[in-house]
Amino acid sequence: MLEGILLGLQTAFSIQMLLMVIGGCLIGTFIGMLPGLGPMSIIAIMIPVAISMGDPAAAIILLAGVYYGAIFGGSTSSILLNAPGVAGTVATSFDGYPLAKKGQAGKALTVAAIASFCGGTIGAVLLMVFAPALSSVALLFHSAEYFALMVVGLSAIAAFAGTGQVSKALLMTVVGLMLGTIGEGTMFSLPRFTMGIMDLQSGLSFVTLAMAMFALPEALFLVLNPPKPGAGKSEEIKELGITRQEAKSIAPVIGRQSIQGFFIGVLPGAGATIASFLGYAVERNIASKDEQKEFGKGSIKGLAAPETANNAACTGSFVPLLTLGIPGSGTTAILLGALIALNVTPGPRLMIDEPQIFWAVIISMYIGNVVLLVLNLPLIPYIAKILTIPRNYLIPYILFFTLMGAYIGQNNATELLILVGFGVCATALKFADYPLAPLLIGFILGGMLEDNFARSMQLYDGIAFILQRPMTMVLLGIAISLVLLPTLRAKRAKIRSEGIAEGD
Amino acid sequence: MALDRWIALILLGFCIIYGYTAWFAMDVGLAPFMKRNPVWPSTFPKILSILGATASLIILLGFEKNKEKVTDIDYRRLHEYKLGQAILLLLLMVVYALFLRPAGFMISTGLFLILGSVILGERKLYIMIPIALILTFFVWYLVQEVLGIYMRPYPAWLGG
Repeated sequence: MLEGILLGLQTAFSIQMLLMVIGGCLIGTFIGMLPGLGPMSIIAIMIPVAISMGDPAAAIILLAGVYYGAIFGGSTSSILLNAPGVAGTVATSFDGYPLAKKGQAGKALTVAAIASFCGGTIGAVLLMVFAPALSSVALLFHSAEYFALMVVGLSAIAAFAGTGQVSKALLMTVVGLMLGTIGEGTMFSLPRFTMGIMDLQSGLSFVTLAMAMFALPEALFLVLNPPKPGAGKSEEIKELGITRQEAKSIAPVIGRQSIQGFFIGVLPGAGATIASFLGYAVERNIASKDEQKEFGKGSIKGLAAPETANNAACTGSFVPLLTLGIPGSGTTAILLGALIALNVTPGPRLMIDEPQIFWAVIISMYIGNVVLLVLNLPLIPYIAKILTIPRNYLIPYILFFTLMGAYIGQNNATELLILVGFGVCATALKFADYPLAPLLIGFILGGMLEDNFARSMQLYDGIAFILQRPMTMVLLGIAISLVLLPTLRAKRAKIRSEGIAEGD
Repeated sequence: MALDRWIALILLGFCIIYGYTAWFAMDVGLAPFMKRNPVWPSTFPKILSILGATASLIILLGFEKNKEKVTDIDYRRLHEYKLGQAILLLLLMVVYALFLRPAGFMISTGLFLILGSVILGERKLYIMIPIALILTFFVWYLVQEVLGIYMRPYPAWLGG
């Protein structure tokens, strides 16, 4: 491990990589601050840049920087405007905005910055410990187990990522897998579902799909429903310091939430958003009676909890990506797509084949957190000025970068039409409360899933591999129960609530 | 019928067409040696079509209890939002896609950014136009010179 750390230090401390970290964090912070734009759309927009750099280590460091920068920046708009830029920072506004209204915006931002820094850093330490351990276990896996593991990942995402309805998330996953089969297949390179269109021969581009699923609908939502002017007047930021007593009171919160957030982040389907809400709820429940009353009215504990948890969860979500090559969230799915485009396949072999990438990412997380702390503490009053950019300027530029991203990837104007078409479909899906992340994850994992499925079918000459490999069977059993359990639970709740009038 | 069930119906149709192709149309031209393989190019799509059709039927028939949840935008009152602006912007994107090659990057991007702001109601032309032009040039420089991806800057008849 020491060897690895040294290798990581060597790679991450080159001028180029340092610039990538700083650049990524800056871009992430800026855009994460803008209400309505999540980390997924920013990363989707940044992918063409990252891919055309050609260096996988630099690319993933840049994108990871953008990711945690966005989570960091999202908290600023939550606190100052009560307009969370990122879903993972919604819980931050519960206590952050009341604090800002009391005239303590500076203190709130400081607490958020410290909590995020600690969450991210402790998360990185845990990542360093757990990722190598998990990846040595993963090396024992066979393609049958890989297939089963991906099914588990996909069904966990379907079960947790949706906003309640498992069947919707499941349908989206399957549609994503179906879209992934368009083009030349893994078997014999036969073109499938191309309808004779040459442009579809190489399949849909994942960058285009990512833009269409996230960046375009978010921008359209901003157009349709502009944030009310004056809804949140930016408070003047002053008094950045916190007292020793306050620091003492949030220290245990930060410790607990770093660990809890990290492990929630590791689970597929559960990401920064769930971690932050859960962190907030847990801390409110275990706080003393007097402190509990403060929650929601400007408690610094209530602010520190979600901020720590969401940053730790961000780091945690890198564990399945780096060790198994299976993304647990939409954001890491996009990162996976970018890595595959750069000819690096994340998975247990990553640590052995490309240790410099693996360790450089981890080391860059430490650097990134320091950069963010420096960026945020003294500079935040100036950075927050970006919130005053009028949307009339902002939206055309976001749309333009979306188009450019799709165009650069393929150098093909047809891609832009596909982007707009899918974007409109995605917006309609978003209206009807269909989760979009499972679709993209299904699309990205589809190829690998089919590869492993085909390989195990060939090795065992048929479907028998499920019966002959106990671990595969157990994993598939878990996958089925993940999908069925919420449905059964909902059914039981329905039976129990019979007789109660439904307010429809 | 609510929008989510309409979408489920459309996706069910999609799954049926997809499934028809996978089950009946795809294997016709399969070479004999491929047929000896335990897994065919159509095997995985066959499984997917069944899963997809099942999931969309569950939504369509309302087996799973649906908590009516209003997202940020209530689509039933779509006309109360700035729908016109959104549609115009989408049209602008399509026009941009069609004109990017023939008109060249500089002209089409500059116009896209300016018109985009105009659609959204910006009228301060003296700020808008310089910003759009500077950004257009900056992005072109970045893509062409720094990233090394060729992008035709001027219209085709200028030989760019």
